[in-house]
Amino acid sequence: MKDTIKKLVEAWGPSGYEHEVRALIREEVEGLADEIRVDPLGNLICRMGSGGTKIMIAAHMDEIGLMVTHVDDDGFLRFAPIGGLMPKALFANRVRFENGTLGTISADGTEWAKAPALDDCYIDVSTGANTDAGVGVGDPAAFWREMEVRGNRAIAKSMDDRIGCVVGIEAMRKLKRTKHEVHFVFTVQEEVGLRGARPAAFGLEPDFGISLDVTGTGDTPKGHKMDVALGKGAAIKVRDGGHIVPPFIKNLMVKRAEEAKIPYQLEVLPGGTTDAAGIQLSRAGIPSGCISIPTRYLHTVSETVDLNDVSACVKLLVAVLSKPFEA
Amino acid sequence: MRQAILCHIQDHADDVKIDAMGNLLATRRGTGRRRLRVMVAAHMDEVGFMVTGHDTDGLLKFRAVGGVHPTVTPGNRVVVGPKKLPGVIGMTPIHLASGAGFGKVVETSALRIDIGVSTKDQAKRKAPLGTYATFDTKFSALGPTVRGKALDDRGGCAILIDLFTGDPFPFDLLAAFTVQEEVGLRGAQVAGYALEPDVAFVLEGTVCNDVPQEPDEDRTPVTRLGHGPAISVMDRSMIADRRLVAHLIATAKAHGIPHQLKAPGSGGTDAGAIHLSRAGVPSAVVSVPCRYIHSPAAIMSLADFENATRLTREALRSLKPSILESER
Repeated sequence: MKDTIKKLVEAWGPSGYEHEVRALIREEVEGLADEIRVDPLGNLICRMGSGGTKIMIAAHMDEIGLMVTHVDDDGFLRFAPIGGLMPKALFANRVRFENGTLGTISADGTEWAKAPALDDCYIDVSTGANTDAGVGVGDPAAFWREMEVRGNRAIAKSMDDRIGCVVGIEAMRKLKRTKHEVHFVFTVQEEVGLRGARPAAFGLEPDFGISLDVTGTGDTPKGHKMDVALGKGAAIKVRDGGHIVPPFIKNLMVKRAEEAKIPYQLEVLPGGTTDAAGIQLSRAGIPSGCISIPTRYLHTVSETVDLNDVSACVKLLVAVLSKPFEA
Repeated sequence: MRQAILCHIQDHADDVKIDAMGNLLATRRGTGRRRLRVMVAAHMDEVGFMVTGHDTDGLLKFRAVGGVHPTVTPGNRVVVGPKKLPGVIGMTPIHLASGAGFGKVVETSALRIDIGVSTKDQAKRKAPLGTYATFDTKFSALGPTVRGKALDDRGGCAILIDLFTGDPFPFDLLAAFTVQEEVGLRGAQVAGYALEPDVAFVLEGTVCNDVPQEPDEDRTPVTRLGHGPAISVMDRSMIADRRLVAHLIATAKAHGIPHQLKAPGSGGTDAGAIHLSRAGVPSAVVSVPCRYIHSPAAIMSLADFENATRLTREALRSLKPSILESER
């Protein structure tokens, strides 16, 4: 599983430009699904089983990033955000363009203590030689950093939400067959407003939806007041900023976790939301839940997960899909 | 507006419909060589005002409908209501402007429209609550450019009329002249649903902040006047389909049509709603740069307008299903 995680988190795929990630996931799931297709917006849809309760599983392939808006006379690049960029997480970090060009983010001025405004940030792609970086206005970039494993912890950029993709892939491997009709959908453009999942849900018209996504934790010094911690198991969402999980879905997940003795914790996330919020409001309404992977330092290059939690999420999803979808 | 467009297109239309929201949806049958449902949209509405109250002295309180900055309203002429009553948005004469307030932006809530009546009753009769007002600007051809209100998006509407009434395309052209774009892409949302297109193009008038620019100034404006139609990569409402962006650029290059990329990150268009309709619609935006957009008088280059028409026509002519079947 670590190899799959490494492959996916190190892939390049800002919102709207998920093709590299999609190709990698397709390699992983080829042979596992009964049917694989790509919809008009680029969502990768993998069906397992047919005719039973139709369940849509969503994990998003895209990551936050940025797009060049101006190249100045000295070659420094200004940019607009793709998704929720935190200025304080940008400074001195590295980004990568599709053509492989690497850059360092810095900001105007010499202020040490304060986070810069987004408008004051720029990307330095200089090489010292008079070479053309081959990037210009309209080119997207994403964070660049290799994954690191420290004991049970894996630390990388874009765990949000490649780790959700991995949970989906691993569940497909373990599930083998199902009485349900399960559509594993690897979605696009979640970070810019659930733009992939909503149309995908419209197209599939599922009976139920489950998203696989990261959630914050409250286990760091003076961190969020939130009762989710790394290493304490799969997080079963109760609510977030855009989604109240129907109680029967939450209860179903709790029941399956207890039956199979899978460690779990309940997640009440004050802000933010996932693809499930989009799925839930599609067509005439689709009851949806979410299995969350607890993650520290979201939207930075050091998103940190516990591998035991990831395994628990896989087990929980398999348990939910292996039995009738009723509490 | 809808009637004016209808007059231009009805002789060429194989099907015309005005939907529940007021969108004008028209089909022009193609040669049938390609099986594609292609939607092209432009919005009919413009930014304006609505009467929200009446003062005892006959002046009209109002609010903006769509994005009108308070700096461009005082002292401007407007027409009020279906009878197009002439009015003016009042302001303090410069003779009396002094002190701390001088030079400050006056909020819309402190401004009034004067239609020349002197009592509350007269004002209520002539312009009841909810009456609309728009800028009162006559169109002028200045030379290489034209001046007018509402070039956003009557420019797009004019291009769509040209495309619709010109030679037929290899596929049926589904034209949507939409309502209520300026208040949140509301018309396009239902038009996209109703037409169920395989692919959509949106024609717009867009931000052109290329002035003032010193010769040595180091910045990229959103678009530049006279540098050709602008192709969107990403705005606040949509990340454009990269296959369609590549197709537009390739078309422009193949036909020697000047073009520019719209600098990413600002604005939103009907494509924001259309690309999310039903199971998703690959979409792209071609815009004509308009200086002083959302003001009483915008300036548009006729060459940009002609080139936007050419670019869109050529891109549609060479649009093949294989483009949509390739890896997005």
